[in-house]
Amino acid sequence: MSDFLEPGVSRRGLIAGSVASVAVANTPARSVAQPTTKASEAPMMPVRFTVNGQQHSLSLDTRTTLLDALREHLHLTGTKKGCDHGQCGACTVLVDGQRINACLSLAVMHEGDEITTIEGLGTPDKLHPMQAAFVKHDGYQCGYCTPGQICSAVAVLEEIRAGIPSHVQTDVAGKPKFTAAEMRERMSGNICRCGAYSNIAEAMIEVAGAKA
Amino acid sequence: MKAFTYERASDPAAAARIVAAKPGAKFIAGGTNLLDLMKIEVETPVHLVDVQDLDLQRIENTDGGGLRIGALVSNTQLAADERVRRDYGVLTRATVAGASGQLRNKASTAGNLLQRTRCPYFYDTNMPCNKRKPGTGCGAIGGYSRQLAVIGGSDKCIATFPGDMPVALRVLDAVVETINGQGQRRSIPIADFHRLWGDRPEQDTVLKPGELITHVVLPRPLGGKHFYEKVRDRASYAFALVSVAAVIQPDGTGRVAFGGVAPKPWRVPEAEALLPRGAAAVTARAFQGATPTSDNAFKLPLATRALVSVIAQAKA
Repeated sequence: MSDFLEPGVSRRGLIAGSVASVAVANTPARSVAQPTTKASEAPMMPVRFTVNGQQHSLSLDTRTTLLDALREHLHLTGTKKGCDHGQCGACTVLVDGQRINACLSLAVMHEGDEITTIEGLGTPDKLHPMQAAFVKHDGYQCGYCTPGQICSAVAVLEEIRAGIPSHVQTDVAGKPKFTAAEMRERMSGNICRCGAYSNIAEAMIEVAGAKA
Repeated sequence: MKAFTYERASDPAAAARIVAAKPGAKFIAGGTNLLDLMKIEVETPVHLVDVQDLDLQRIENTDGGGLRIGALVSNTQLAADERVRRDYGVLTRATVAGASGQLRNKASTAGNLLQRTRCPYFYDTNMPCNKRKPGTGCGAIGGYSRQLAVIGGSDKCIATFPGDMPVALRVLDAVVETINGQGQRRSIPIADFHRLWGDRPEQDTVLKPGELITHVVLPRPLGGKHFYEKVRDRASYAFALVSVAAVIQPDGTGRVAFGGVAPKPWRVPEAEALLPRGAAAVTARAFQGATPTSDNAFKLPLATRALVSVIAQAKA
């Protein structure tokens, strides 16, 4: 790849092209990993679930993760794909009120479930209190992990209210508190490469109505 | 990911029957470990039997004064149960020390017992690994082995069992209940559930093909003070380099098991009998015959120091 942009080539186009060439370069290594079934013959399954209050009926390759169903089939691209292995938390969504990694869950396993993504929490005109607090406290820089951080943060406050214990509690039989230490521990499944962690914890504490 | 067919089971014996009859079929519950491994084609099931609808989602009191935990109880639900928090603190502590909040909401009790090793050579399909592909050799022996076993391994495999919850279950003498396709039930003491690798590292547990875990039973509470001390490379969301699960009684006796050091939760009854004599006596006996590599020899003093910390907290 040239270090210089040729006239007429946009940076975005170049980046897209580079990604494609990386995929091509990987082909020999991936050839062991080709599915034995051709894509057209891959088993398909119907699934119905609700996303942000709206019912959806889909017919999906059984391999489709909940994350890919949301992004590629329903075009709800607010939920992000980071590592695709449950390590970064960028894909965090709420399923029946509980936060999960959408990348580590098969879409066909969510028949009848109620899913909430970042698009369902608030809108640009009417932000969810957690979204507003992230803006106020600079709880992000590049923003890529932010939808997952916010979905996770909303669920964390519910988990503390429900008395779900955490690793940093001295007495696990007691009630957890809305402290910065609790926020940091409970948010450890959401990675932020820009390092906005302390501001995220402050935003969460404000929404919880507690003092830092 | 390889293509697979999928169905949802409504009865435990029927689910077991399907998986036993169909080569390459697997159960899926939370899917947090299996799906991860399917993406990199370390696991390549041809058929998935989804067990999430089975009636194995409750924690019940037993006649013996203990608890019977359904196989599908999530890590979050288990850790948060009032009875577990009050009477089996070591189990709540171990469970919340593992994974992340998102993963604990999905991960099941049975799945936690069946977690596969995190050995980097098991994950890398370009490397030899007797566990992933029997007969190909072990990349870890003589390779990068910082996280791997210091005891209980073999010349075929030095992988560790990666989980936290089962280390606490080992201290509590839990019993794993299963059902097979004929509807026959079996109770397996946790001490016998995970295998030492020997010549067959590809087999993690004593479960037979199609045998489904239905419950994990806890005997009556032990009393005492409960601890789970986990030492890892960062403060949260990392696998244990060494962990110590312990229940210590007021007279200084107790039970102790170690995680992150062996193919299974490592508990040596003759070693824990030495608890009143201090941490060094316990670990000298527990790790007698250990064969650490130069990469992971640090785990032996680390285990002693982690236990020193637990004993000091018990006395406080």
